[in-house]
Amino acid sequence: MTGSTTLRRVLTAFAVLIAIWLVVPVLIVIPISFSGENSFAFPPASWGTGHYVTFFTERSWLTSLLVSLQLAVIVTVIATVLGTMAAFAIVRMTRGSGALERFFTAPLIVPGIVIAVALYVAFLQWGLIGTATGFIAAHTVLSLPFVVVNVANVLRTYDRTLDRAAAMLGASPWTTFRVVTLPIIRPGVLSGALFAFVTSFDEVVVSLFVQSPQLQTLPVRMFTSITNEVDPTIAAASTVVLVVSTLVLGMAGLARRTGTTTRSKDNA
Amino acid sequence: MPDTTTGAGIEVTGLTKIFKNTVKPAVDAIDLDVRPGEFMTLLGPSGSGKTTVLNMIAGFEDVTAGQILLDGEDIAQRPPYKRNLGMVFQDYALFPHMTAAQNVAFPLQRRKIGREETARRVAEALEVVRLGSHGDRLPSQLSGGQQQRVALARAIVFRPRALLLDEPLGALDKRLRDSLQLEIARLHSELGITFVFVTHDQEEALALSDRIAVFRDGRIEQVGTPTQLYETPASHFVATFLGDSNVFSGTVRGGVLDTGSSALRCEGPDGPGTLIVRPERMTIGANGSTAQNRLSGTVTGVVYQGAFRRILVDFDGGAHGMVRDGTDAPTVSTGDRVDISWDVAHSVLVADDDRAVVTT
Repeated sequence: MTGSTTLRRVLTAFAVLIAIWLVVPVLIVIPISFSGENSFAFPPASWGTGHYVTFFTERSWLTSLLVSLQLAVIVTVIATVLGTMAAFAIVRMTRGSGALERFFTAPLIVPGIVIAVALYVAFLQWGLIGTATGFIAAHTVLSLPFVVVNVANVLRTYDRTLDRAAAMLGASPWTTFRVVTLPIIRPGVLSGALFAFVTSFDEVVVSLFVQSPQLQTLPVRMFTSITNEVDPTIAAASTVVLVVSTLVLGMAGLARRTGTTTRSKDNA
Repeated sequence: MPDTTTGAGIEVTGLTKIFKNTVKPAVDAIDLDVRPGEFMTLLGPSGSGKTTVLNMIAGFEDVTAGQILLDGEDIAQRPPYKRNLGMVFQDYALFPHMTAAQNVAFPLQRRKIGREETARRVAEALEVVRLGSHGDRLPSQLSGGQQQRVALARAIVFRPRALLLDEPLGALDKRLRDSLQLEIARLHSELGITFVFVTHDQEEALALSDRIAVFRDGRIEQVGTPTQLYETPASHFVATFLGDSNVFSGTVRGGVLDTGSSALRCEGPDGPGTLIVRPERMTIGANGSTAQNRLSGTVTGVVYQGAFRRILVDFDGGAHGMVRDGTDAPTVSTGDRVDISWDVAHSVLVADDDRAVVTT
């Protein structure tokens, strides 16, 4: 009795320690980003928003932020459409769907650096290095699995009698998809899309290979900044990435939660 | 619905379905003529082909061979959404993200019917199924019986000329089933459209149908009114599937069935045959008729059922049987020796084609 309570206390303390260990280094960039000094000194000797002013006004930072945002939006749209289609094929095909699913989720398992090298070699041949098309193609590959997994999961619980009912009521297959299927699987599609956005937005490894000095995403710009110069603006950049990613993933969580509540209500 | 709609005739000829990678047809060259406005039930055990036939009429399954004529027009190649037939499913199949009213409005929106008329007809249809005040509820906020009534409203609101019902009461508990059964009967008589109803429940079939088609192994065993099927079954299978039966097998010669242990009078041609006698047609003791059969046996059990008693009897010679008796009849108890008699006119001789099947 007391033994198990002690054990639970020890475990709780341990979990808290790990949480601190994981989160504190990340959170340390936030005070540094508000430092008034031109250094990484922690705690800062004075406070200010100068690093944010630099981040949002200096061309190289601002451009890379805009590149990242635009890229993430385009990738989200493409990956969501393609991933949803792939999920339909995986869930509804009678043969070969297992192989197809492993194929589409392979980027989750294959080491990022291997994908990066492979894409680099191929893109070099096709002249896609340093191009928007190259970035879009590369990030789409990396984002697809998240859409496929999320959509396939909701699609597996989808009752296909609804398609039959819609057909009997006069809805063509396309109308059925638009008016019945899509609204019901929306939580999965939405959370897949948001994951795709974050995947593209903070991707570094593959982007480092695809980038050119003229076309850089924000994480690439941050990487070059930290390797070539000592510029605390990167703390402001990190904070921006942190806030955007947290917001988007929070929305994904919310999308999934509303999805499960409607589903559990249906079963009642 | 007040507008006078007449039912469509559905004629099925040579309808065959062979599923991929199978040899034996699931539906084997079926002919069935559903008359306009008729309540036709497809009855049979699972795997007998009745649901496959309904799915082919709906358009969910391709037709391997044969025709499906809707008012004389072959619709076998038409996609389901162009067949204009109403359908009710066992698990309701309501769209979970739409309210009851939105569900009912769905077929009207597909037909580009104006907003005002849609609202009017939705309200009307919900009224018909007595759910007038539940239009703004989501399916998840309705009970099973209410959901099925919404599904019924949705299936009739666009005034189809035939309604297909796929075991619509199968998911409901007994009491709800009975009340919804009455609802369906009332809808059928009010709407005047053709109903094709699939079930494996013989009580449902007897209670609702104008005619019943009994399915077995992909074929139709017999089509007839409930009375015809019950009183004059065409086969041992039909007799035992619809209601309880006493069954005596043997050989007929000159109007007498020789079961090996007894000789029973019957009406029918010579040859192997099976005599079917319904439990309520048998009486304990003599029944006063001149044309009667009489068997002796031992009571093995008495089951009190409220309105009647079921008396289980082992006839001398080995056959097991059951007699249905009024509760005011003289009491018998287990172990009693009894004489059982019945009028020859109340028994049916069917061709003895079932033995091989029965033993499997």
